[in-house]
Amino acid sequence: MNVLAIGEQRDGALRRSSAETVTAAKRIAGAIGGTVHALLIAPSAGDAASLGQYGADAIFVASGAGAAAYDADVFAATIADRVQAGDYFAVLFPATAQGRDIAPRVAARLDVPLASDATGLDIADGELVITRPVYAGRAFAKVVLNAQPRLVSIRPNSFRPERAEGAGSVETVSVSDTPARVKVRETKAAAAGTVDVGEAAIVVSGGRGLKGPEHWPMLESLRDALGSTAALGASRAVVDAGWRPHAEQVGQTGKTVSPQLYFAVGISGAMQHLAGMRSARTIVAINKDPDAPIFKIADYGLVGDAHDVLPALTEEIRRIAGH
Amino acid sequence: MKIVVCIKRVPDTEARIRIASGGREIDPAGIKFVISPYDEFALETALRLKEAQGSGEVVAVTVGESTSGEQLRSALAMGADAAVLLKGKTSFDGLATAHALAAEMREQNADLVLLGMKAVDYDQQQVGPMLAELLDRPCITIAASVAVEGATVVCHREIEGGVEVVEAPLPAVVTITKGDFEPRYPSLKGIMAAKKKPLAEKDAHAAPSRIEVRELLAPPDRPPGRVVGEGVDAVPELVRLLREEAKVL
Ligand SMILES: Cc1cc2nc3c(=O)[nH]c(=O)nc-3n(C[C@H](O)[C@H](O)[C@H](O)COP(=O)(O)OP(=O)(O)OC[C@H]3O[C@@H](n4cnc5c(N)ncnc54)[C@H](O)[C@@H]3O)c2cc1C
Ligand SMILES: Nc1ncnc2c1ncn2[C@@H]1O[C@H](COP(=O)(O)O)[C@@H](O)[C@H]1O
Repeated sequence: MNVLAIGEQRDGALRRSSAETVTAAKRIAGAIGGTVHALLIAPSAGDAASLGQYGADAIFVASGAGAAAYDADVFAATIADRVQAGDYFAVLFPATAQGRDIAPRVAARLDVPLASDATGLDIADGELVITRPVYAGRAFAKVVLNAQPRLVSIRPNSFRPERAEGAGSVETVSVSDTPARVKVRETKAAAAGTVDVGEAAIVVSGGRGLKGPEHWPMLESLRDALGSTAALGASRAVVDAGWRPHAEQVGQTGKTVSPQLYFAVGISGAMQHLAGMRSARTIVAINKDPDAPIFKIADYGLVGDAHDVLPALTEEIRRIAGH
Repeated sequence: MKIVVCIKRVPDTEARIRIASGGREIDPAGIKFVISPYDEFALETALRLKEAQGSGEVVAVTVGESTSGEQLRSALAMGADAAVLLKGKTSFDGLATAHALAAEMREQNADLVLLGMKAVDYDQQQVGPMLAELLDRPCITIAASVAVEGATVVCHREIEGGVEVVEAPLPAVVTITKGDFEPRYPSLKGIMAAKKKPLAEKDAHAAPSRIEVRELLAPPDRPPGRVVGEGVDAVPELVRLLREEAKVL
């Protein structure tokens, strides 16, 4: 039995989440004695073969007209076709914006349940035990899927890509001819290369303490100094005030994030905000109130006015990191 | 136009979650239950669509135990015209929930079905697209605004790094995120009127859960926070710690 990892490309290059799903698949395949397959739907194979470096034995690339632009129905049908053609113990999706959109449709098409947003996977007595946060991280559940294949989406940054030997042979398959039913009229995209807050390795979040949208360039400078894997986040207070788009909101009614590093700047640390970021590996808080609740969970707190601290912090990071 | 809104009863976002003895469920004692926040946005969206058209019907549907009737009453008080309680136990298995909802949707025959993008209890973010697949209807996810133009639904949806304007033919399924507005509070008049509105109860179409919860755990404790220092002077030390101790720079 094999394990299928779903890959994802953006702007013609594989995303880090693809290496993460393959790494997780390799771990499961190792435990059950199977091989790792990967599936990528993309206009061209591009760097798909590199998934072999994380342990993929067979890499299927569905390319062609239908792969040029993302459509949930077409992508889901293509994945369902591939799953039905193989004998899969499990299928792993990245819990990216696209992965979250596709996985439930594939599950319904195949009539199997789906566990979303896993942060841990273990094999116990031959069964896949999935750990996933519930109640926005206020509890964790260990669940088992009583079906085959086991469909799981895995949370970005939860499985560090690991190098492994895989045959890495690439095979072209066709994109489903299922008609697209949703038509895109217009896209108002952010600048190319922008990382989604839900997937970024580093998140720089601002709250009401920044005092107004005109101060965001300070946060943007810090983000830029931290390199291309950093993204901006926001508290709900600033989203409600219209300073920032909802897509950047972190928390119970926004994104749940698990980055390596999280900066909370001018954010008090309300329960609903903590819910969305408490699983970050390292948390830094900058707040002028020493009693702000955010300091209770921050690994490193700095008491001070964001308007003074941010430029100095950006400068210091630029000096050592050279971005 | 007829709009069905799927709502779920969930613990309040501020509730302290405690694990019940047995280790597989939460202890509901002392928890206030509410309509899941995104479902409130979905309901508000439906009410606004009806108001914009000057006619139509909004039906709130839930799968849950009889206690979920409270949330349906709130939906009626906010302005829904009718409500349906599909009695059954909910589980992590969104596909089982989607099957129960799909059976009801086949009877309701709505032009538009709205759901929250995710329910804030199990955070599965899956029932909407699953329901659409089961009904073989187009599905638009994570819509921040919804408009109906003739037999077409037009939505602004949040995508990675931007916004997209999309359209689909009715009947369709749309999942809702927070928009540019707040859900209304039920007025006193609304609460009184709700008592006379129809709330039907029936058994949910039984689809067994195929997701088995082995264990529910409290989140791992974080080490207690530590303050590095004050003001600009503490910046070099903070950066040193991030680099040398946390090794994240
Ligand atoms: C149903 C529901 C869902 C919710 N979902 C979310 C969610 O998803 N995400 C979320 O974030 N919130 C959510 N909230 C809101 C949450 O309860 C808080 O209101 C919100 O997080 C507060 O945002 P804030 O920290 O930016 O603002 P505030 O609480 O006003 O905090 C501002 C902070 O900035 C500090 N400050 C002020 N000036 C400065 C300065 N010059 N320099 C440095 N620090 C300064 C202050 O000391 C204060 O701690 C939700 C609430 C509800 C009821
Ligand atoms: N038991 C339920 N009854 C009615 N609607 C539900 C139920 N569970 C989920 N939903 C709907 O599906 C959406 C997504 O839920 P989920 O996939 O569980 O995150 C919710 O916001 C609701 O609109």
